[in-house]
Amino acid sequence: MKYLIFVFAVLLSAKTTLAQKLYTKNGSISIFSSTKMEDIKADNNQVLCVLNTQTGELQFSLLNKGFHFEKALMEEHFNENYIESNKFPKSTFKGTVADISKVNFASDGTYPITVKGDLTMHGVTKITTASGNIIVKDGKATAASKFTAKLADYNISIPGAVKNNISESIEITVNCNLDQKM
Amino acid sequence: MLLNKIFYTSLFFSVTCCSAVAQDTTDIMRLLENEVADRTDYTTATFKTTRLVNGHTVENVGKGALDVKISHRFGKVNGGGYELFGLDNASMRMGFEYGITNTLMAGVGRSTFQKTYDAFFKLKVLRQSKGNRNMPVTLSYVPTIALKTLKFEDETRKNYFTSRLFFTHQLIIGRKFSEGTSLQLMPTYTHRNLVQLASDPNDLLAIGIGGRQKISKRVSLNFEYYYQLPDYKMLNTTNSLSVGFDIETGGHVFQLHFTNSQAMSERGFVTETTGEWSKGDIFFGFNISRVFTIGKKH
Repeated sequence: MKYLIFVFAVLLSAKTTLAQKLYTKNGSISIFSSTKMEDIKADNNQVLCVLNTQTGELQFSLLNKGFHFEKALMEEHFNENYIESNKFPKSTFKGTVADISKVNFASDGTYPITVKGDLTMHGVTKITTASGNIIVKDGKATAASKFTAKLADYNISIPGAVKNNISESIEITVNCNLDQKM
Repeated sequence: MLLNKIFYTSLFFSVTCCSAVAQDTTDIMRLLENEVADRTDYTTATFKTTRLVNGHTVENVGKGALDVKISHRFGKVNGGGYELFGLDNASMRMGFEYGITNTLMAGVGRSTFQKTYDAFFKLKVLRQSKGNRNMPVTLSYVPTIALKTLKFEDETRKNYFTSRLFFTHQLIIGRKFSEGTSLQLMPTYTHRNLVQLASDPNDLLAIGIGGRQKISKRVSLNFEYYYQLPDYKMLNTTNSLSVGFDIETGGHVFQLHFTNSQAMSERGFVTETTGEWSKGDIFFGFNISRVFTIGKKH
């Protein structure tokens, strides 16, 4: 009997340490377009991100209206003409970290990872692969990555008048500090 | 017995714990998304720019942005081929409009028509929004002052500087009904210090209605109509009716329109329009708006 209790106690603790979901409501994702004419950058600091540390399932979700630009007019055009926030309010990613087993969430360090999954923007879903890092520091994990997306792949077209101002491929920088546990 | 109790309790905890763990990543994401959905979502871009045709829209320029507006109204289309259907004559207004905050802007302008200076504030009192805070309309208040510097008609009598002044107070109640359709109502009060005839009222009232329908992402069709209340209008004036297009090309908005009003400031087109559409008293005109970012947005 005592043995059984011990087994359950171990099971209990094992469950809580291994099968953890880490998440945040204030992750940040930036988009960056660089051309000879101008650089355009926008930040969204209200990104939702959930990571299952056991299976490697990784999800992001953000509201497109949460991107803030340096110029008010850029923000308006982004929402009105390009990402069409009223029609497509959210952008999401649903994927898996391929090498999650190599990440030791208990010990500090930078663990290179590869993520593969469905990136949905502007109503178009594309299978995307990105490399990045999971950085563990003081017991807290941060998911970081930098990759590019082609506007044409997501049916976002740029009119001739601003062709020189907006790059065809956009650099996306992810930095989500997964400070919450469930 | 006691051991048994502990056993069952720990079994119970183990099971509940497992069921909590079984909650999958998608469920958690859905939970988080629902939490976020409560945030207030403010409606943006009800109109493409701060003017519909002649008059104001509910839109402001953003904080730190300077909107330079150059507007022309050509002569009457019924001037015939000799006047190249009005293109031989033009009156022009140049305006500079700046966003002090995201809800307050100020502007000044000079129009060649009757050598008029104008200045205004525009304050967003309410903003259309949904989510946590639900508001069906955007409400703006626009006080305008106009200074007519044309020489006095009768220079022999005693003229006062204040006789050159006109005051307009306007409320604009606007709503973006859908991505393409926006409408607004504009109750407008104008005070004139000097009137031409003793029978002319000093205080004039009008109610405007205007709207836009997008034709494509960057082009919209606009209309604007100001109805003057019969007891609060000047004799022989007509109601201002205008139709036009907005064409947006990145940093510029081009507005091309036909209107029976020649003036470009409120007291002019709302209260002093004399043109009649049915007689061909139609002025072709355009506004060009170019926004420069001067101050910091945040």
